[in-house]
Amino acid sequence: MDTIVQVEGLCKTYGATVAVDEISFEVQEGEIFGMVGPNGAGKTTTIECIEGLRRPEGGSLRVLGLDPQADGYDLRARIGVQLQESSLPDRLKVWEALDLFASFYRRSVDWRSLLDQLGLADKCSAPFGKLSGGQKQRLFIALALLNDPELIFFDELTTGLDPQARRAMWDMVRDTRARGKTVFLTTHFMEEAERLCDRVAIMDHGHIVALDTPEQLIRSLGAESRVVFSIEGDFASESLSESLQVLATVSRVEHAGERVIVYGKGDTLVGEVVNALTSRGTRFRDLRTEQPTLEDVFLTLTGREMRD
Amino acid sequence: MRALWKLTLIGAKLYLREPVAAFFTIVYAPMMLILFGSIYGNTPSPLFGGRGTIDISVPAYIGLIIVTVGLMSVPIAVATRREAGVLRRYHATPLRPVIYLTADVLVYFGMTLLGVVFLILTGRIGYNVHFDGNWVSVLVGFSLGTLSFFAFGFLIAGLAPTARIAQTVGMVIAFPMMFLSGATIPLEVLPATVRELARLIPLTYVVTLLRGLWAGEAWSEHLTEVVVLVGLLVVGTAISAKTFRWE
Repeated sequence: MDTIVQVEGLCKTYGATVAVDEISFEVQEGEIFGMVGPNGAGKTTTIECIEGLRRPEGGSLRVLGLDPQADGYDLRARIGVQLQESSLPDRLKVWEALDLFASFYRRSVDWRSLLDQLGLADKCSAPFGKLSGGQKQRLFIALALLNDPELIFFDELTTGLDPQARRAMWDMVRDTRARGKTVFLTTHFMEEAERLCDRVAIMDHGHIVALDTPEQLIRSLGAESRVVFSIEGDFASESLSESLQVLATVSRVEHAGERVIVYGKGDTLVGEVVNALTSRGTRFRDLRTEQPTLEDVFLTLTGREMRD
Repeated sequence: MRALWKLTLIGAKLYLREPVAAFFTIVYAPMMLILFGSIYGNTPSPLFGGRGTIDISVPAYIGLIIVTVGLMSVPIAVATRREAGVLRRYHATPLRPVIYLTADVLVYFGMTLLGVVFLILTGRIGYNVHFDGNWVSVLVGFSLGTLSFFAFGFLIAGLAPTARIAQTVGMVIAFPMMFLSGATIPLEVLPATVRELARLIPLTYVVTLLRGLWAGEAWSEHLTEVVVLVGLLVVGTAISAKTFRWE
């Protein structure tokens, strides 16, 4: 497989704020590459430098063999871009937008079939301002696919969409890849990255803190499983904690009212916890186990404090 | 070329779909003409060198249309599209800025011309306006005045940090200009101090030039106007080219 995006030592600052701090990575042809991170981590800045929309302060970029700054127009003829923030005039009709944007490219696909694929055919004559958030998003995707691009960027593709629309978007991304395209996306839904991406880069404070397949990221963290249950009746919670804590597989125990969460590792964790509860005579209900997810990896690497 | 044509066509459609812009560009000046025509008629008056109110109002109102489009429509539209992220969307395609801006100017120029045609037709049909000039000269004078004011409008949009500021600045400059330049009220009927003040207002030069060309005066009598308007065009274009940004 060929390298389609090559980023080396990319730097970008806004005034005193360092948005992207010397990051390097590659995207291979035909993969779905994801970038996740808290708001302000530098994802959009990175993606917009790669698209040639922003001028980096340092580092080198090659995208489809081109320099995004020097060959920006040639590059944007071959890529598809869905921006995180953009708009169209409110009174511009859907078909007019597609007809107009098609004229910017030397070659373009038939936009009527794109409208069909994206379920917008009945909105053909609707003005942009009257579309719902999801419809606007689909129109922007149609605009991104108009030139049959080799490489497509989706920046926060599913933000603000309902669960049905989100899943439809995932199908659309998989279809796009199945047609031989490379997809570069950013998201802050960990589930989305985990289900959709072949490889995921986790960004924080302008750095890439981890980059691998979702499975490898989860495994490498050695994250703990959780056993979650509710307890009934009166009991001394201290002693419950102690009797669970002594188990070899358990690392810590948390309480929240009736709810108990036991953290630990190993395949025997559930069995040992249930045994301990039964032998103590503690009655419990709603017991389930939770496997570590990309979200755990993410929170471990980027911390749990609230971000702006 | 296809992009330029489509952008111009869609730009014109969008312009006419905006009721306020369409009203001020196409309806407002003919409406004023009918209003003042019904009051004063077009009887020749010694005050206007033997011409009637309509004879001098038609070329003066061309200036009114020019300032409305140039200082209100242009800055608002340019800054609003930039602020809303419409220009960002264009930036993410291979579209070149020069094509986008050319189409924009063509749209505004076409709309201004449309308003002027309606104005002249109203004057012609309603009041039998007299025309003693040369159409080519008037068209050249109109183009000079229009493009200078577009450059002024793009300059405001380029310097204004937000769409709201662009709109406010455009209006604050445009309204006094309309009344102090002879575009709405002939300078002949205004006091001498206002006439002095009018010399500081760019629109005065558009109105004076167009009234002169309309009456058949030679370009050599209007070199001051030409110099002022060419100056505005050059400075405005240079600054707006420097301050143009996609977002």
